Amino acid sequence: MHKRVIFNDKLLPYLLLAPQIAVTVVFFFLPAGQAVLYSLYIQDAFGHDWQFVWFENFEVVLTDRDYLDTVWRTILFSGAVTFVSMGSALILAVMADKHIRGATVYKTLIVWPYAVAPAVAAVLWYFIFHPSIGFASKGLVALGVNWDWKLDGGQAMAIVVLAASWKQVSYNFLFFLAGLQSIPKSVLEAASIDGAGSTRRFWTIVFPLLSPTTFFLLVVNVVYAFFDTFGTIHALTQGGPGKATETLIYKVYSDGVQNLDLGSSSAQSVILMLIVVALTAIQFRYVERKVHY
Amino acid sequence: MAQVELRAIKKSFGDVAVIHGVDCPIADGEFVVILGPSGCGKSTLLRIVAGLETQSSGDVVIGGKVVNTVEPKDRNIAMVFQNYALYPHMSVRENMAYGLKVRGLPKPEIEAAVARAAKILELEKLLDRRPRQLSGGQRQRVAMGRAIVRNPEVFLFDEPLSNLDAKLRVQMRIELKQLHSQLKTTSIYVTHDQVEAMTLADRLIVMNGGRAEHIGAPLDVYARPATTFVAGFIGAPAMNLVPGTLVAGGVAIDGTKLGVAHPAKTVTGADVTVGFRPETLHLDPAGPVALLVTLVGALGADTLVHGRMGGPQGPTITARLPGVVKVREGERMVLRVAPEDIHLFDRATGRRID
Ligand SMILES: Nc1ncnc2c1ncn2[C@@H]1O[C@H](COP(=O)(O)OP(=O)(O)O)[C@@H](O)[C@H]1O
Ligand SMILES: [Mg+2]
Repeated sequence: MHKRVIFNDKLLPYLLLAPQIAVTVVFFFLPAGQAVLYSLYIQDAFGHDWQFVWFENFEVVLTDRDYLDTVWRTILFSGAVTFVSMGSALILAVMADKHIRGATVYKTLIVWPYAVAPAVAAVLWYFIFHPSIGFASKGLVALGVNWDWKLDGGQAMAIVVLAASWKQVSYNFLFFLAGLQSIPKSVLEAASIDGAGSTRRFWTIVFPLLSPTTFFLLVVNVVYAFFDTFGTIHALTQGGPGKATETLIYKVYSDGVQNLDLGSSSAQSVILMLIVVALTAIQFRYVERKVHY
Repeated sequence: MAQVELRAIKKSFGDVAVIHGVDCPIADGEFVVILGPSGCGKSTLLRIVAGLETQSSGDVVIGGKVVNTVEPKDRNIAMVFQNYALYPHMSVRENMAYGLKVRGLPKPEIEAAVARAAKILELEKLLDRRPRQLSGGQRQRVAMGRAIVRNPEVFLFDEPLSNLDAKLRVQMRIELKQLHSQLKTTSIYVTHDQVEAMTLADRLIVMNGGRAEHIGAPLDVYARPATTFVAGFIGAPAMNLVPGTLVAGGVAIDGTKLGVAHPAKTVTGADVTVGFRPETLHLDPAGPVALLVTLVGALGADTLVHGRMGGPQGPTITARLPGVVKVREGERMVLRVAPEDIHLFDRATGRRID
């Protein structure tokens, strides 16, 4: 017989939840509420003069050429990060899945980057690609590439995409590997007896069967690229050169903290919040049904 | 359709030898069943024929060609897996069409082939369903459909019925038999179920511990099992196997003497294992076998009597007597067994002695 432990104390559940709730309130709800509030006001640079302007901040932001450029840049950046990190993770996972016996070491190595803090990872890449001391830079220069990502916006973007993707490969790898291993071996064997070579098996059997994983990761990676890459960008390029690597999240920071335009910055964060909500809603809605077979 | 031949097939996984040299020619259109207990290497042998495993040595010959290095996809075989291995993201139609599509057949031909297979297996109404929307029996049919639609030279079956409930298994067994007489495709069928094996097989390969212990027609295997393992494995209830010694004109078991039809070539005094099937024992007050009854199982049509032969310390045997036999535990009964129903095996090697 099991003995059931019964807590008569009605307070205990709340006490146990309290730290989590407190953290959420202090670090999410309060700032979020503040952002929503600020986004409805125009404030002078010294914070003395407050003026309630309804949605004027949003209007200004959404019609600003600069902002719209940043939107496109962010989409490009997120697309590239998602593609690079998922693509390389999938390739690595397929390789690990084939040689699953020696895979423990391999797996551990691939999972490591995930444990590295974004800023530290960025510093790592900073040194690898540093125009004067980075060994990768030296290699590129030796190959005849005119390498200076402190000046060349395209190169800067490539570095930021690379650094941001690298961090996410581990996470994607683990999910892809789990997804691959959940495909019954006999299904693949049946396909090979049916006449499909390995490439064909991948595209007609493996890839479709991975689609729930892929879709889940797609959303996670887009969210990551949109919101979690601030540290990487900040440590590597600070959004520069010019605005070449300034994404939406970075613009919130530079407009708000550096240019002290709190109204516009708040409106931008509210827009970003809405994007997260939308992405999460899509994920919940579709992960449950659409992509299932 | 094609002949298949296994020549001295051996297989090791690392240091572990799993198959120790199997030889067997299989005729065109023959239905061969590989029967053996779990873990004896049946699936491994079948997968070697399919090309999913590579043998450590020996040759697989299909249609006169050695196919050792030929990919599974180029062996022109079809396989039905124990768990069916249907493509979960494809409809029944797509599952069946996949192999044809991969081989680049024109669409109308694919449709015709799928329709034909669906008709044979009565799958027409299920063509647009996904595997998860099907019952076990239906999935099994789809797996069959996927195999026959390709019109391969050889069918390979790995325990295809073992996931079905008993009733469905009997039904599918009959259908399989009919299907084979219709298509006449060379088939290799793996099972651990001896009834399935006996009913389906043109020829049986009885495997034990990675060796083919007996290859022969089912009734021959039953009538003259090559080893004690085969003798004990085929037939239910199992053949009685008791230790004995050859004496002049027969065999002695703990003081009981039984006559033997073919006086063995081996010398008198040799240690043997004596085998006789439960159904070959008959009530006979003048018989040589005294049985101390320990357990009675009345099945209605038959009565299974378990007991000790000769006395309380004698070897345990089972008799299967027709009808209802009134006997109780602790009682004694006297039985006879005909000399031609006695099988003798070398006790050291387990091989049959004739
Ligand atoms: N890939 C493998 N690696 C190592 N051992 C294996 C492998 N496949 C099968 N075996 C071993 O080979 C033996 C025979 O297996 P199998 O052919 O599946 O038996 P059966 O189908 O008769 O039950 C078993 O002892 C099993 O553990
Ligand atoms: Mg098996």
